[in-house]
Amino acid sequence: MNDIVIHHESEVIGKALTALSGILTRPWSIMEICGGQTHAFMQTGLSAMLPDEIELIHGPGCPVCVTSLELVDKAVAIAAKENVIFTSYGDMLRVPGSESNLFSVRARGGDVRVVYSPMEALQIAQKNPQKEVVFFGIGFETTAPSNAISVIKAKERNIQNYSMLVSHVRVPPAMHAILSADNNRVQGFLAAGHVCAVMGMEEYFPIAEKYQIPITVTGFEPFDLLRGILETVRMLEKGTVGVVNAYERAVSSQGNKQAQEIIEQAFTECDRQWRGIGMIPNSGWKLNADYAQYDAELKFEVGDIITRESEVCISGLILQGIKKPNQCPAFGTLCTPQNPLGATMVSSEGACAAYYRYGRN
Amino acid sequence: MCLGVPGKIKEIYTVEKTRMGKVDFDGVSLDVCLEAVSDAEIGDYVIVHAGFAISILSQDEAAETLKYLKEIDEINQQLLAED
Repeated sequence: MNDIVIHHESEVIGKALTALSGILTRPWSIMEICGGQTHAFMQTGLSAMLPDEIELIHGPGCPVCVTSLELVDKAVAIAAKENVIFTSYGDMLRVPGSESNLFSVRARGGDVRVVYSPMEALQIAQKNPQKEVVFFGIGFETTAPSNAISVIKAKERNIQNYSMLVSHVRVPPAMHAILSADNNRVQGFLAAGHVCAVMGMEEYFPIAEKYQIPITVTGFEPFDLLRGILETVRMLEKGTVGVVNAYERAVSSQGNKQAQEIIEQAFTECDRQWRGIGMIPNSGWKLNADYAQYDAELKFEVGDIITRESEVCISGLILQGIKKPNQCPAFGTLCTPQNPLGATMVSSEGACAAYYRYGRN
Repeated sequence: MCLGVPGKIKEIYTVEKTRMGKVDFDGVSLDVCLEAVSDAEIGDYVIVHAGFAISILSQDEAAETLKYLKEIDEINQQLLAED
């Protein structure tokens, strides 16, 4: 970012906070769906600077957190197999499964590698033709094009020893689930800017209409976050419903059509289990019939998986915005980033990890 | 992982029929897949998720901030007028 932006940023924040206090007439509960934004609010100190009337409800937009326990257990089982190189984004390694995690598999001699992108995993497959290389394809709409392109390229290059354990989730079905719950408290949403950069804004208009709420497409810099809050509060105070784009430099209303085509080429919609939340209909993507040969769930036999969650951890309630991390009896004592009981304490997008790191206890 | 990072395209190349680029993130250069940003040119800023560019950032970033500043000033002036 250049000097002009930085120079104006502190000015913008000061003035925006004044404007926000000026227009507020009552308390509002706003959900930032994206875990990256939860971290950004806390890391920058913005969450502490907001007027008391604004309650931020932290959403489930943390792919590491919502990847189902069953899939984590499957990952552990596949990674422990002979002849497998299991590749993953780093955050997934410490996520607790029922009995073990990927980090423990590696400690016991399993070949578990952290990669920066699935294309890197594909390169590992090309360099190790005698091994089976599996990539843990988790994520929301933002990582879907990246994960999809790796199987598309695998097919183009006729690479047979690459596969993906897919745990893709989508934001709009989660918003439906949150808003239709009996105990919903969310009055307005900050929509995740980068999800919208890929998918556009069209999916959000019916949600705003159906639940009569404002939705603001929001970026990740401090002034973006504050702008998202301010736009949402303006609509709440006026009683208007709709979708506003407060992140124009990255988001167009149609999104990135090329990225959407890449997703459509490899994936198809499916029901998906969300850890801590349960099954949400049509909330995920899986590999479609054209790419079924790259589906690790079909390629590897792992036997029956019997899942077992921690009895203490309340990450499900946290992911649904019902409880805050510091309301958990295990927070910061039994459960820490080094020894997490739940995935929300692991990830750089998890709410518990944000509270732990930035001291909201 | 899910966190998007803006970077500047330094070089564009093709490997095994895949459009790729060297993208600079504050001095760290990484190989990034540019298949979904076919209009992107050297010097453009892109938002990168998991080694894949999902969006070209429009260059008038500073102008957007200034526009926002103007909007806030208007709100504040309205509030002052109401007081």
